[in-house]
Amino acid sequence: MTPSAATLLEVEHLTMRFGGLTAVNNLSLTAHYGHVTALIGPNGAGKTTVFNCITGFYKPSEGRMALRHESMTGENVSAADLDLLTRRGERHLRRKDRALYLLERMPEYLVARQARVARTFQNIRLFAGMTVLENLLVAQHNPLMKASGFTFFGVLGLSSYGKAEQAAIEKAQRWLATIGLADRADDPAGELPYGDQRRLEIARAMCTDPVLLCLDEPAAGLNPREKADLADLIRSIRDGHNTAVLLIEHDMSLVMEISDHLVVLDHGVKISEGTAAFVRNDPKVIAAYLGVAEKDVAKVEARIALEAAP
Amino acid sequence: MAEDAKQLQPDYAKALKDAAFAALIAFAILLPMVGFKTVQNIHNALVLETRFSWLAAFVAIFAASGFLNSLYLVPWREARARQTKARVPGKISQFLSRRFAPFALGFVIVYPAIALLLAGTGGSLKWIDNFGIQILIYVMLGFGLNIVVGLAGLLDLGYVAFYAVGAYSYALLAKTFGLSFYALLPLAGILAAFWGVLLGFPVLRLRGDYLAIVTMAFGEIIRLVLINWIPVTNGYAGISGVPRPSFFGIPFNASDDGFAATFGLPFSPIYRTIFLYYLILALALLTAFVTLRLRRLPIGRAWEALREDEIACRSLGINTTSTKLTAFAIGAMFAGFAGSFFAARQGFISPESFTFFESATILAIVVLGGMGSQIGVAIAAVVMVGGTEILRDLDFLKQVFGRDFDPAQYRMLLFGFAMVAIMIWKPRGLVSTREPSVFLKERKVISRDLVKEGHG
Repeated sequence: MTPSAATLLEVEHLTMRFGGLTAVNNLSLTAHYGHVTALIGPNGAGKTTVFNCITGFYKPSEGRMALRHESMTGENVSAADLDLLTRRGERHLRRKDRALYLLERMPEYLVARQARVARTFQNIRLFAGMTVLENLLVAQHNPLMKASGFTFFGVLGLSSYGKAEQAAIEKAQRWLATIGLADRADDPAGELPYGDQRRLEIARAMCTDPVLLCLDEPAAGLNPREKADLADLIRSIRDGHNTAVLLIEHDMSLVMEISDHLVVLDHGVKISEGTAAFVRNDPKVIAAYLGVAEKDVAKVEARIALEAAP
Repeated sequence: MAEDAKQLQPDYAKALKDAAFAALIAFAILLPMVGFKTVQNIHNALVLETRFSWLAAFVAIFAASGFLNSLYLVPWREARARQTKARVPGKISQFLSRRFAPFALGFVIVYPAIALLLAGTGGSLKWIDNFGIQILIYVMLGFGLNIVVGLAGLLDLGYVAFYAVGAYSYALLAKTFGLSFYALLPLAGILAAFWGVLLGFPVLRLRGDYLAIVTMAFGEIIRLVLINWIPVTNGYAGISGVPRPSFFGIPFNASDDGFAATFGLPFSPIYRTIFLYYLILALALLTAFVTLRLRRLPIGRAWEALREDEIACRSLGINTTSTKLTAFAIGAMFAGFAGSFFAARQGFISPESFTFFESATILAIVVLGGMGSQIGVAIAAVVMVGGTEILRDLDFLKQVFGRDFDPAQYRMLLFGFAMVAIMIWKPRGLVSTREPSVFLKERKVISRDLVKEGHG
């Protein structure tokens, strides 16, 4: 919640076109370390498209998305380095313990592996036929792959793979304890109740040790109790794991409660941005949600002023 | 309660209606096929003969089966369908996947001895060679394809291509350079794996049916190259005189340096056969062991995750391209091993041995066995390959159906019936559960209803 938190992700002039349709138009947004940044807007506003661009599933038509890994002491990559990287046409630039990634140049699996951006999906995408524990181990594929000597030594039973797997299982157990599924580790993921599946998907994403976690409608279909638990989980991720959260959500009470910064999209265009209190009272946002035409915005504005007066 | 009572009461009116319907369909289809027959008379002219008694018999069979199906089979299947909703893995599946393996392993190790005891030196040759070795080759191919289809969920209809690559690699390199079987076995595997990667690259983007078609085409391309590249492969005539494997340097022949003479035994072809049996057994067990090992490593889990949900895999930083290619390469490598063994055992190979039918048989073994299950694949191979072999020998059927009846001609028909029956009884294969690769407290089997089949 520090106001002067370092920049993690800087999206500039992001545009995504599908044929004649412009799903996202000239969007710029910034996500900071230690913040929950919410991306809200009516259905079809282009929120998930933005997610797919950031996580590398779509190649954006235009725009730059720079993600910074800061050092332990909080040092960041300079603006000069960003320019240098952009001109060089490379994917990333590493300076000792700091790094800079241009996400629009990376395929999705490298966005997850190198830039360490994890995500969940609107329609849950767990590995239903694998156990809860297996789901969390698949998420640790890359470090485990290295530990197994890229399979060669693992097959022969050499290398310290056993130890690495044990560590991975312990990490999975810690996450299961966090989301309250410790005693269901050996059950198939597809048998869990819906709310548990949602939390498991978040835990699975967190097992990749991300710096940025993108949650696509995590509260959809949850009951009020589960929503409260989810809010606690997101807060603990933000505060306890040095992971910033980017959130798409339709449940406004949840969004207003946990977000440090909100970006409002409508028809692919950013219409407002700021704190929860600011966005909530922005007439443009209200107009967009109520479905009021552009020319009537002034009317709505006046009505809000009237209601606020007494 | 009334509902249940109605279920238990057999519905004869409906059964009769179904029987009549089945009879009608059978009559319409079989009238031209069975009812009439064209024969050449003594003047070489075609005349039409009628076989209405045959037709009546066929229609009666169809009517009866329609009646019985409606009366017993359909209610039974409906009852079963209600049960499976509870998602309790079957007892047979559990027994097969957990406890059966040691018995099976013990049996295959002592099998040649049993065959020798029961059938004598001469008679056991058939049992060890035609049954033992033949089945084990298919077990090994099934294990290999299981990696691609069962674990990674990539439907490969051209698997026999890699088998052919292995066989021709061994045959050509052994004949041209005189290298030994043991040197060429790994080389054949590597070459097949290389072709697996070559096939893998263009088909990475394809899924499901499209992947199946392209892999099938690849299998045909390899076969056509083998037929038409005559200077190298000798075309249809094939390659004969492929060197046989030796007993680690001691050849199996009647000479003074031969196996029998060296060990002071009377010469007999049975030694080579028994040796080949144990060789392919070792290769099949190696395949099984490596696959089991891989399943517990990150690569194996990535394959299964790929089968479950490819997009989720990519979001977790898994390079799906290399994951798919390793599945293709390792599956192809085992086919290459099996191919070079096949060439060494036969001593003669030709493109005839690598037709699409072989690919289909191997795939059927994997699907019938239960995708992803080793023991299921082994049992399916015994049933499919051993079953069709044994039908050649069923002489007692001649006493039932008359002297002209040749059971071997009907083996494909029976084979088809058996497949349909298994698919009705166990739609997800013999072993229809998945074993988790890792567990904390309890190893719970996972019902196949939850496990995806993969989509390319």
